[in-house]
Amino acid sequence: MIPEKQAETVWMSGNEAIALGAYEAGVKVASGYPGTPSTEIMEHLSEYDGVYTEWAPNEKVGLEVAIGASFGGVRAMATMKHVGLNVAADPLFTAAYTGGRGGLVVLTADDPDMHSSQNEQDSRNYAFAAKLPMLEPADPAEAKEFIKEAFELSEELDCPVLVRITTRIAHVKAVVTPGERLQPMVAPGLEKHPEKFVMLPAMARRRRLYVEERMTRCRQIAEDSGNNVIESGDAQRGFITGGVSYLYVKEAFPEASILKLGMVWPLPEQKIREFAGSVDELYVVEELDPFWEIHVKAMGISCHGKDVIPAIGELNTGVVKQSIDPARLRGESFSPEELPPRPPNMCPGCPHRGVFFTLSRLDVFISGDIGCYTLGFLPPLNALDSTVCMGASVPIAHGLEKALGADSNRKIVAVIGDSTFVHSGITGLINSVYNGSKGTLIILDNGTTAMTGQQPNPASGALISGEPAQSIDLEALCKALGVRHVSVINPHEVPESRKIIRAEIERDELSVIISQAPCVLLPELKYQKPITYFTNIDNCVGCTSCIRIGCPAISWTPFAKGEAEARGYKKSQKGYSQIDEVLCNDCGQCASLCKFGAITPRDINS
Amino acid sequence: MSETTNILFSGVGGQGILLASELTATALLAAGFDVKKSEVHGMAQRGGSVTAQLRYGSRVYSPLIEPGGADIQMAFEMLEAVRYLPYLHAGSTVLVNTQRILPPSVATGRADYPEQVLDRLRQRNIKVIEVDAFAIAKQSGEVRTANVALVGALSVHLPVEEKMLEALIEERVPPRFYEQNLFSFRAGRQAGNG
Repeated sequence: MIPEKQAETVWMSGNEAIALGAYEAGVKVASGYPGTPSTEIMEHLSEYDGVYTEWAPNEKVGLEVAIGASFGGVRAMATMKHVGLNVAADPLFTAAYTGGRGGLVVLTADDPDMHSSQNEQDSRNYAFAAKLPMLEPADPAEAKEFIKEAFELSEELDCPVLVRITTRIAHVKAVVTPGERLQPMVAPGLEKHPEKFVMLPAMARRRRLYVEERMTRCRQIAEDSGNNVIESGDAQRGFITGGVSYLYVKEAFPEASILKLGMVWPLPEQKIREFAGSVDELYVVEELDPFWEIHVKAMGISCHGKDVIPAIGELNTGVVKQSIDPARLRGESFSPEELPPRPPNMCPGCPHRGVFFTLSRLDVFISGDIGCYTLGFLPPLNALDSTVCMGASVPIAHGLEKALGADSNRKIVAVIGDSTFVHSGITGLINSVYNGSKGTLIILDNGTTAMTGQQPNPASGALISGEPAQSIDLEALCKALGVRHVSVINPHEVPESRKIIRAEIERDELSVIISQAPCVLLPELKYQKPITYFTNIDNCVGCTSCIRIGCPAISWTPFAKGEAEARGYKKSQKGYSQIDEVLCNDCGQCASLCKFGAITPRDINS
Repeated sequence: MSETTNILFSGVGGQGILLASELTATALLAAGFDVKKSEVHGMAQRGGSVTAQLRYGSRVYSPLIEPGGADIQMAFEMLEAVRYLPYLHAGSTVLVNTQRILPPSVATGRADYPEQVLDRLRQRNIKVIEVDAFAIAKQSGEVRTANVALVGALSVHLPVEEKMLEALIEERVPPRFYEQNLFSFRAGRQAGNG
């Protein structure tokens, strides 16, 4: 059966739908920091007229900007990934007391299974901890509607409203129906409301009471909400579920009764009791933490949950069937085959590669950070010894130094990207200066926030719109912070950079090296072909110094027995290396390492 | 949910899987189906193995294909055809670009590219259709049209109109590359019949 095509629908991702929803809700100001899987929301929102959007240096700043805009009486939104909400948690917990004037929505995107994250975190816990309502859509169409409802709820209850999505909402494309842009009811203006905007203890104590009163009202809203729906079916098994898990349940158990919770928090206790009483066996199906399960059990209702459903990673229809009724699985399935792995890798021409190649040859502990350069960990470079969170590279290096004293001298290097340095590395560097660190920090300045897809940052010289902006001078900044030895290197000149990196590590004082070369994926560089480097196979002696930098565009061809001699090479030569000119991005790092004239600039005139 | 059809796209980051799956999905939407597509961005995209999952039918719930559930796999590279075996079942069809892109361990001489790797699919009663998309793209005069050749090969197996896809390609690719893309699409359709 093929349904009639619905009129005026658009096929879009969850992130596009959220941007559209915010636009339709009349959002005026939006701020955020890029983070997979949330990044494209702000990018899409920046394309709408009448909405001010920006990239903030970090999520805390982004949320504070949105709070300010809400105080000014306009609808405002902050977007971030789950770990970004940790950074923004400080303003969030007090904004829960202040409320605002214009609707304030805080969007957080969780990444179950850690497709592009350093941990797996369930942001629903923040709704409980900060005493705030939270909504969670199941697909892009709902995402658009829920954002609009979140703004209304925020104004009705005078508090920020959290909207949680996961990777399988953000990066899923589905059919969405666009609507009209609303004219918000609140009027913009500078109004003073010290009783709720100034959170001194005396005022905060009064607002604390309001927070409880608000959540009591919100619980009633949850009972009546059309987003918390009972779908009556076979009473044998009943499911409490929501978000993308709802879709897996719907597919695995199409006949079952379902209570779908679109409002994650607070919970509709009466509705849950009524539903639980109507089914023989109750299952709570949720990704990650047993968030609902704990609260359902606290109501004295017995149910299955994490006793059968995994608390780790993503769910899918197969996992839901396997956990509850394995007989429903498709027949036999194949096991994976043993194959050479294909992990993500730094791109051909990536400026970070040369620096990591140098570091991999020094006996140092490399304190890393969050970004493309985290891939320096992978073979053949193996040049990263710790990665924790945004900005942690600098203080972790400092902590190691303080723990080990003189034993750590000339043995610790911190590595951080430009965007991450601006996000939260600067305060760490201030600490290193203030408390007398002697290590070396390398700022990998590729002029962009590369991992999330080349968003500009305060050191890039451009705004989210692409218009030019004041750019932070990283060299001057480090000097102003009190770092006495700041040098700038071109990472593509590997031997030259190596000299400086070695000298700074040897130095018995704090130093910063700024490795400056743009990301090769920046649109303005991407199509700067033709490629000028190529391999003179005749000159290759098989020394593998180009292979060892681990560039995806360079590959090794081994000689068969006797082939080396037959082709006129030394008998002992084991093979030769070659550049794939389709993949090559022309950085020249390999050429700077080749001592045999086997990788040379092509004579463009020939 | 037997009326939902599942297509798994697999390949190496940078091969144009996004555009290929997008063209396919748009054609299916135009044919009146409900379509959902799931993909992963960020770190997973950097030159590593990537997938996109596309499902279509009268009403699609889950955005993800369950293990063993892929009816068709469109593989952009041979190793990446075999890597997702747990998604396939006996009787699945795998269209595979016969290109080899060396993973790091092979490129650096620490491992070998497996020989006759597609036999591992055939042994399990999976129908394999080989498409030399790189050769088609070279013939077209623009090597970056390999992904459109693969869309052509895949489209033979889907309830979509050839003309409609050609119109979509015209809409989506830069005008100066339209002829080359059209050539690759048509040659891909020829190859897709196996």
